[in-house]
Amino acid sequence: METSRITELKLIAANVRKDALTAVHSASSGHPGGSLSIADLLTLLYFEVMNIDPKDPKNPDRDRFVLSKGHCAPALYSVLAERGFFPVDDIPTFRKTGSYLQGHPDMKSVPGVDMSSGSLGQGVCAANGMALAGKIDKKDYRVYTVLGDGELQEGQVWEAAMYAPHYKLDNLTAFVDFNGLQIDGDIAEVMSPLPIDKKFESFGWHVIVTDAHDFEALLSAINEAKETKGKPTMIIMKSVKGKGVSFMENNAAWHGSAPNDEQYAQAIKELDAEIAKLKEA
Amino acid sequence: MAKTATREAYGMALAEFGESYDIVVLDADLSKSTKTDTFKKKFPERFFNTGIAEANMMTTAAGLASCGKIVFASSFAMFAAGRAFEQVRNGICYPNLNVKIGATHAGISVGEDGATHQCLEDIGIMRTIPNMVILNPADKVESILAVEAAIKHEGPVYLRFGRLAVPEIFDRETYKFEIGKGVEIMEGTDATIIATGLMVPEAMEAAAKLKGEGLSVRVINMATIKPIDKDIIVKAAKETGAIVTAEEHNIIGGLGSAVAEVLAENSPVPMKRVGTEDKFGQSGKPAELLELYGLTAANIAKQVKEVLKMK
Ligand SMILES: Cc1ncc(C[n+]2csc(CCOP(=O)(O)OP(=O)(O)O)c2C)c(N)n1
Ligand SMILES: [Mg+2]
Repeated sequence: METSRITELKLIAANVRKDALTAVHSASSGHPGGSLSIADLLTLLYFEVMNIDPKDPKNPDRDRFVLSKGHCAPALYSVLAERGFFPVDDIPTFRKTGSYLQGHPDMKSVPGVDMSSGSLGQGVCAANGMALAGKIDKKDYRVYTVLGDGELQEGQVWEAAMYAPHYKLDNLTAFVDFNGLQIDGDIAEVMSPLPIDKKFESFGWHVIVTDAHDFEALLSAINEAKETKGKPTMIIMKSVKGKGVSFMENNAAWHGSAPNDEQYAQAIKELDAEIAKLKEA
Repeated sequence: MAKTATREAYGMALAEFGESYDIVVLDADLSKSTKTDTFKKKFPERFFNTGIAEANMMTTAAGLASCGKIVFASSFAMFAAGRAFEQVRNGICYPNLNVKIGATHAGISVGEDGATHQCLEDIGIMRTIPNMVILNPADKVESILAVEAAIKHEGPVYLRFGRLAVPEIFDRETYKFEIGKGVEIMEGTDATIIATGLMVPEAMEAAAKLKGEGLSVRVINMATIKPIDKDIIVKAAKETGAIVTAEEHNIIGGLGSAVAEVLAENSPVPMKRVGTEDKFGQSGKPAELLELYGLTAANIAKQVKEVLKMK
């Protein structure tokens, strides 16, 4: 990837972060921490990787994305809005009565959402179903899904982990947002899913460990997954929960609480400074 | 009278309609029991075993359906409606996806496996979920037609089948099946029995017995529990003035509750419910258990006489 393209993506990701915070702030509820940790990945997927068309969100040949960690809808909605699936101006209606921007992804009401999610453990199974459908129909679309590292504690995830290699779903690329935190704190203390890489390897996945905030490293992992035949790929991305907002980074308290006006202003200021820096570059 | 288990009919229907419809069938390590193996043998490329993982099966079905597939997901009623309830609710019904749940081994007639495998709550659980349609066919022909109707219906359907061989009462040439419509199968003016599933032949037998005693009892086969046929219930209440329901399910939450809701709001008349009375099942021979729990023509006839006293 060219340096200029990376800078562009970083700029988009900064705006996605701002939108996500705007959504959560406006609603006075939602999940900023995990939304910020996947903002770079979703930006890369929707602006660089996936074969999608905002004007034709239901095209049967499109690539699919399932946000298995559905509580991070603010990040998904923000990327979809920035990509043109619906107006960015609607972002502040998130979680409000009458809004189509439901608290968790709703495929029936939000253009571009491929699968409803929010009950942890289920999204990855739905992604398996989509990938299987692609195999049955001999289509070459790819399916992407993101799991939380805490989400890995759900039994259903391991049913899916067994399933995807069994059916050789090499059209599936899954990500674990390895931010080390869940609601009650450190994943290793609450109920350790570690080591994540060895578990998926032993279940028959191709496993890549990479950095969630390095576009080039992420893109090369995604390309490696595309070239991997006969098995699905799990990309474990080491991430920073709350990435991009100094006081939210690596702090479990920001998993599911909204910033007040002052904190929101501070966060936007930090992201605007980042944007100004990127524009200079 | 020839007998066939409705689960057998389910397998036959999948194999038959697999020819003309692009259906995909999932099962969770029970294909020999649910009879989806009949489909599997014929269309191995459209059959997928999820292993003993019902939750995963339901949400995988949702994913397949979101890509345009008509998906049948099969397991025992206990695990389809019980273990995977939340997957059915959030993964299938909330997004209104085109998944048909083939739930076999419903009710106490499972027999020897005992209470853990005898689901008497599934209609109640499934009935409370928006978008869900519930079909509980009475015999082979109705099961086959119910599968076809489910395929043609856009959205989730819970199909309830039994393990036990039951009398074949309908004729495929003449029987019309329509989702949401009850069918009057015996005329009568003194009281009405509304029955579903394997209680339909019992209801017919009860009505015949009561006819010998000078009572004219109407029998309605209510294969669709949801959406319930309000019109046929209200008409029966107005014309016969007393109702008895009969089902192989807890009297709480099932057909009896659905009928009571319609009567209470539209045309209150005396009613009695035949079903399991808020009890778990137990191991035993199906016929003995049906007798033990009062799921018989004799008990239905008795309840008709009771309800007539309340008129
Ligand atoms: C089945 C289910 N149980 C519980 C929850 C409540 N919940 C929402 S987010 C969350 C923690 C998720 O942690 P993690 O997967 O690490 O997400 P991230 O750190 O990326 O936000 C929980 C328990 C849920 N949404 N679904
Ligand atoms: Mg986490």
